Amino acid sequence: MASPESGSHSQGAVPDAQGDTPHRRVPRLGVVARGSAAEQRLRDTWETAPGWRGWLSTVDHKTIGLRYLVTAFLFLMVGGIEALIMRVQLARPDQTLLTPEQYNQLFTMHGVTMIFLYALPILSGFSNYLWPLVLGSRDMAFPRLNALSYWTFLFAGLLMYASFPLGEAANAGWFNYVPLANRAFNPGPNIDVYALGMVFLGASTTIGAANFVVTLFRMRAPGMSVNRLPVLVWGTLATSLANLVAVPAVSLAFFMLWLDRQFGTHFFDAVNGGRPLLWQHLFWMFGHPWVYAIVLPAMGIVSDALPTFCRRPLVGYAPVAISTMATMLMGFEVWIHHMFATGIATLALSFFGAASVVITVPSAVAVFAWLATIWTGRPVFRTPFLYFAAFIFLFVVGGVSGVMTAVVPLDWQLNETYFVVAHLHYVLLGINVFPVFGGLIYWFPKFTGRMMSERLGRWTFWIVFVGFNLGFFPMHVSGLLGMPRRIYTYSDGMGWNTANLLTSIGSFVFAIGVLLFVVNVLWSRRHGAVAGDNPWDAPTLEWSTPSPPPPYNFAVVPIVASMYPLWEDRLEDAKRRGLDEEAPTSARVPAADRVAQLRTASQADASPDGSADAREAAAADATLTRDAPVGEHDARRADNAAPNEEGRERGAAKEAHERSSLQRGFVLDQGREAFATTLLYARPEAILKMPGDSYAPLFLALAGLLLGIGLLLHAWWMAALAGLGGAIALIAWLWPERALGQTCAAPDAVRPAPEVPHG
Amino acid sequence: MADFDPSDVGALPVGSAGQRAGGWWGVWTLIATEAALFGYLIFSYLYLALDNAAQWPPDGLPKLAPGLLGTGLLLGSSVVVWAAEKLAARRHRIASAAALAVAIAMGGVFIAIQLHEWHDHPYGPATHLYGSLYFTITGFHLAHVAVGLLALAVMLVWVLLGYFDERRHAALTIGGAYWHFVDVVWLLIFATLYLSPYLIR
Amino acid sequence: AAAPLSYVVDAAGPAARPALWLVWGVGAVCVLVCLIVALLLVGALARRRPAREFGQLERSGRGVKWIYFGTALSVIALLGIVVAMLVALRAVSRPAVPTELAVRVTAYDWWWRIDYPASPDAPAFVTANELHIPVGVPVRIDLDSADVIHAFWVPALAGKTQAIPGQTNRQWLQADRPGVFRGQCTQFCGAQHAHMAFEVIAESPAAFQRWRAAQASTAAPVRDRLALRGQALFGQLCAGCHAVRGSGTTGQHAPDLTHLGSRRMLAAATLPNDAAHLRDWLRHTQSIKPGARMPDFDLPEPELSALMSYLATLK
Ligand code: HEA
Ligand code: HEA
Ligand code: HEC
Ligand code: CUA
Ligand SMILES: [Cu+2]
Repeated sequence: MASPESGSHSQGAVPDAQGDTPHRRVPRLGVVARGSAAEQRLRDTWETAPGWRGWLSTVDHKTIGLRYLVTAFLFLMVGGIEALIMRVQLARPDQTLLTPEQYNQLFTMHGVTMIFLYALPILSGFSNYLWPLVLGSRDMAFPRLNALSYWTFLFAGLLMYASFPLGEAANAGWFNYVPLANRAFNPGPNIDVYALGMVFLGASTTIGAANFVVTLFRMRAPGMSVNRLPVLVWGTLATSLANLVAVPAVSLAFFMLWLDRQFGTHFFDAVNGGRPLLWQHLFWMFGHPWVYAIVLPAMGIVSDALPTFCRRPLVGYAPVAISTMATMLMGFEVWIHHMFATGIATLALSFFGAASVVITVPSAVAVFAWLATIWTGRPVFRTPFLYFAAFIFLFVVGGVSGVMTAVVPLDWQLNETYFVVAHLHYVLLGINVFPVFGGLIYWFPKFTGRMMSERLGRWTFWIVFVGFNLGFFPMHVSGLLGMPRRIYTYSDGMGWNTANLLTSIGSFVFAIGVLLFVVNVLWSRRHGAVAGDNPWDAPTLEWSTPSPPPPYNFAVVPIVASMYPLWEDRLEDAKRRGLDEEAPTSARVPAADRVAQLRTASQADASPDGSADAREAAAADATLTRDAPVGEHDARRADNAAPNEEGRERGAAKEAHERSSLQRGFVLDQGREAFATTLLYARPEAILKMPGDSYAPLFLALAGLLLGIGLLLHAWWMAALAGLGGAIALIAWLWPERALGQTCAAPDAVRPAPEVPHG
Repeated sequence: MADFDPSDVGALPVGSAGQRAGGWWGVWTLIATEAALFGYLIFSYLYLALDNAAQWPPDGLPKLAPGLLGTGLLLGSSVVVWAAEKLAARRHRIASAAALAVAIAMGGVFIAIQLHEWHDHPYGPATHLYGSLYFTITGFHLAHVAVGLLALAVMLVWVLLGYFDERRHAALTIGGAYWHFVDVVWLLIFATLYLSPYLIR
Repeated sequence: AAAPLSYVVDAAGPAARPALWLVWGVGAVCVLVCLIVALLLVGALARRRPAREFGQLERSGRGVKWIYFGTALSVIALLGIVVAMLVALRAVSRPAVPTELAVRVTAYDWWWRIDYPASPDAPAFVTANELHIPVGVPVRIDLDSADVIHAFWVPALAGKTQAIPGQTNRQWLQADRPGVFRGQCTQFCGAQHAHMAFEVIAESPAAFQRWRAAQASTAAPVRDRLALRGQALFGQLCAGCHAVRGSGTTGQHAPDLTHLGSRRMLAAATLPNDAAHLRDWLRHTQSIKPGARMPDFDLPEPELSALMSYLATLK
């Protein structure tokens, strides 16, 4: 299906007077077939150099996304192990496994790790990997910033852990209230490490957020108007906008704390007129938006993946998208609900209490949208779906306990007890960890080209689900029985023994589940069934690319005409045939049968001999589309694409742009190029020149790390040198390049003419 | 939503094109997050000041003259930077560079005034709460001015190297936007640190 | 009680009762919501459906009604919750009758100092870790902190309030019946946050008056020789931190020990107050409460018994 056009020179380019990068060009429509010379050229243009150089300098969003995912998952394991140690200590009353100081560092680092080094970074991983793919773009708006944000995250995480082996890790809880965190009560390096690490990490988060926002505003495939965005994109947009505004609060707070600690300023020092409560305000002005920031993208994962497994579009796309944004917006006006017990005036409390109750309305919208999607769909019980279904239930359990704590007089009892610990784990694991596990399984074939084992996955799911509830449900009970949080031990006779023992047992069951998950990933990466482009028969753009996607993502920039480009024709079929009318009862299949049907499919991947043939067969079974051959990309592509192409030929000109066009699209092949499109309607407005791989991000992040270490050790010369190095790296980075169309074409003595790859 | 017809797409600008450049959007995200940062600084100031029973500021009302002079300088420099951008876009290389040099000088004088004020105060950041706030807020701003000056200096070099013409000068637009932001923020800081003690008594 | 810090079975006073209603009322709504969602979810999963080819899709238009109904019902329930909250908040924000007694409670790492004001028949006095209140009347608590943030919480009597350095927070509590109610610091405050408890003892007004008068008195003079030696030791070793009113020791960094013997518990409700535990406390402070701001005093036996016999006089 090679097109005669493919590989030809671009047409309509308006050459510059000097024959240089043209100022304007009419982008050509065409096809770039897989395996064609044109495709190879794209690959050469976009591919990262092999070896360690490429490894350190790559700006490919897919690589960076995977790095985020792996790093954040490792942090989850580290934080999890810390929790398990705590659970051993708390399993029985009056245990002495840990000293109070050790316990305090463990629970603090557990919270810090989970909240800051796992929960958001893992979602950034998904978004980084997926955004350009779901948006039909070649990369993020700022590929090099993307690399910078990853390196900075990694170094900040390492910095925060630097003092852990010395027994000097942060120890004042993740929200780190002053004066406990101030010098007078915490003279060691513990808090300085945390403070500087947080300022550093804040930079990473902000950079990432800026990148997402600009990417969304500008880097969508033509035709992907705002009403066609995947919900993951809405979620990450909400998160990123919020982070831009909220992160400075916590960075500033930590910076002021560091000044208080190191230079004797008085921001939080009550003796000299400062106020400890300022810390709480700044922290929670950030902290509450943040807790939504670390779940909205995860909720987006569910909203996007659920339709695949329910064989129908999401119910109420617009309300769900709006409620995502509404949650985030309202999330800025409830921070006081973490401070109900600080002696704030009753009137203010009633406002913030009511606001905290009302904030559940958008959540209700989403919950009922998901329920309706399952109810009116035809669920296919594959492991990702199990996680998503469980998520709905856990979200509600966690959400309603949040409502209880939002009720001010009740919170005066619940506050700082294990009830809050139960709430936060139900929401954090329920709405973050469960969708993340589901999402990892769902996109695993895209990441690696292989499916995860369904049978092991099912076991894992049930162990995780049972372990989770066994572990965290009893925390509600211990909370209602008055158990305060952050106690390193408790005495017999408080009535908390049973609940704590159950929690500890459940924690370990859960951990075994996590372990199995890891085993599954490692095994399936090599031995899983080969997936093909679209093993789940999913509707969104990323599934139109090969698995794993080529470095340039899309051979041609696709043209999008609906939310579910890969389902378009079939959705119209369904509409035409009125499929929703009730079929006669005889045709109904009980759910159990359907499960059985799928189970046969899932057994295939456990085929005893690992022979290639058996796996190939398994692959065919493992996919949801039984009719399409798997593993032969082009054949499948042809199948998928055929209706589009035919429709194009057959239909009137008008119909042409009512359909998405994925095979035929804009050919951007004069170097690393991507489209800039308009904000609302995604009309092409410029052809962007994308920067190539670069060491500058790594150097800049390293400079940041050295700056942090210098400040920590009071090695001012080191800090100054690092600052200088950073400035140089930054200037080099920003230096205008003619190849990127940043300088005028007039020949200049300083830089050689850029290389524009011509076919 | 109106559907889009691919055959309608005409000639598009290629590369970094003024307000359609990625960096233009990028600098706005930077400005948004920095604006929030200064917002929180001012919030902290007001939160701590309004609640403080003692005399505020402890060493008497701030002198207005240097602050006003600085304000004038910064706002003036904004206009000059704007002019520099326009000049570069008309390929007046030298004039544009000269304008940038003037702006840098104005910024430099602003920094000098500020440092002089710092020096004049009998208190330091650790003396009392007001000192902590005063030095931190002005220090933050000063750091931004310094970064802005560095940016202007780099832009000056680029102008002299003849990088820009009427089509390609996004770097100046972007750098200029940052400088304008630094200047506008100063107005808020001036109002908070210098004017509000006169008003809120 | 089986769970001395529980607040879900019983509330012993009007400042805690609204929360009891709320925990059950709002809790019931919440459990109901969970059950409904669970049922809908199970229903949605198990429902029979018309058989269809895998590749076929369902039509997209259906299901939006769910959002309308679900959200509308939720809004009604939520508004109910808001109203209940406002009513309860009003009820607990201030007592029905003005408080006559105001006690100042100052949180220290990791114990509580309690200041009673002067009354017509007794001067002001200081005690620690044991708060006595008369039954049936509201008592105001003025909360301070001497170091970091702590929180004052007696679940059976009232919700919690943070004790924040630099500001005085107020709350009130009232016991409707006599009894011993356990309290606990609930804001993380460092090494011994776990062992920063206290007790509130509610007693009849008459008993309370008697207790108050006794506490206001200074320590009885010591006559016993052994105890006198102990007193001297106390002056050397302990007086820098502890005070015993009437004996000339005035330390301010630690619990006032004038009437140590009158307390039920030791070391912020960590140990029962009897001779064996007291001795243990003196010798192994740092293993009982690692990090506590009092060193171990592992004295030779004669000195220890002298000290013990002196402490035994502090009734
Ligand atoms: C993962 C993120 C996350 C999410 C999504 C939420 C969601 C919510 N949280 Fe939570 N919260 C945390 C993370 C999160 N929280 C953390 C980490 C803490 C502890 C911090 C610390 O102290 O360490 C905390 C603490 C916390 C507190 C402070 C408690 C205390 O310290 O005393 C409060 C108080 O109001 C609160 C409220 C809420 C509310 C009202 C919601 C709502 O958004 C929930 C909305 C959802 C639903 C309610 C379910 C769906 C709705 C329906 C099905 C409709 C019908 C429902 C009803 C009629 C009730 N949270
Ligand atoms: C995303 C966030 C997240 C996650 C996933 C978790 C996961 C867990 N948390 Fe966490 N928790 C928080 C966020 C989170 N927590 C926060 C914010 C706090 C508040 C901190 C503060 O107060 O400052 C907190 C506090 C907190 C406490 C209260 C401490 C206290 O107040 O004293 C407890 C106590 O039990 C606890 C337990 C657990 C357990 C058992 C898990 C388990 O889910 C962990 C499961 C284990 C793993 C994921 C490890 C993976 C497994 C292996 C590597 C295999 C090893 C295998 C075996 C030994 C079998 N957490
Ligand atoms: C360095 C200060 C310091 C010294 C010296 C000191 N103590 Fe203490 N003591 C404390 C502190 C602080 C507490 C509260 C500990 C806690 O509960 O966390 C305390 C608690 C006690 C208690 C329990 C009080 C109560 O109300 O429950 C007793 C009894 C006691 N000390 C006796 C002594 C004796 C006897 C000595 C001398 C041999 C002594 N202390 C020396 C600081 C000190
Ligand atoms: Cu005091 Cu916790
Ligand atoms: Cu919150």
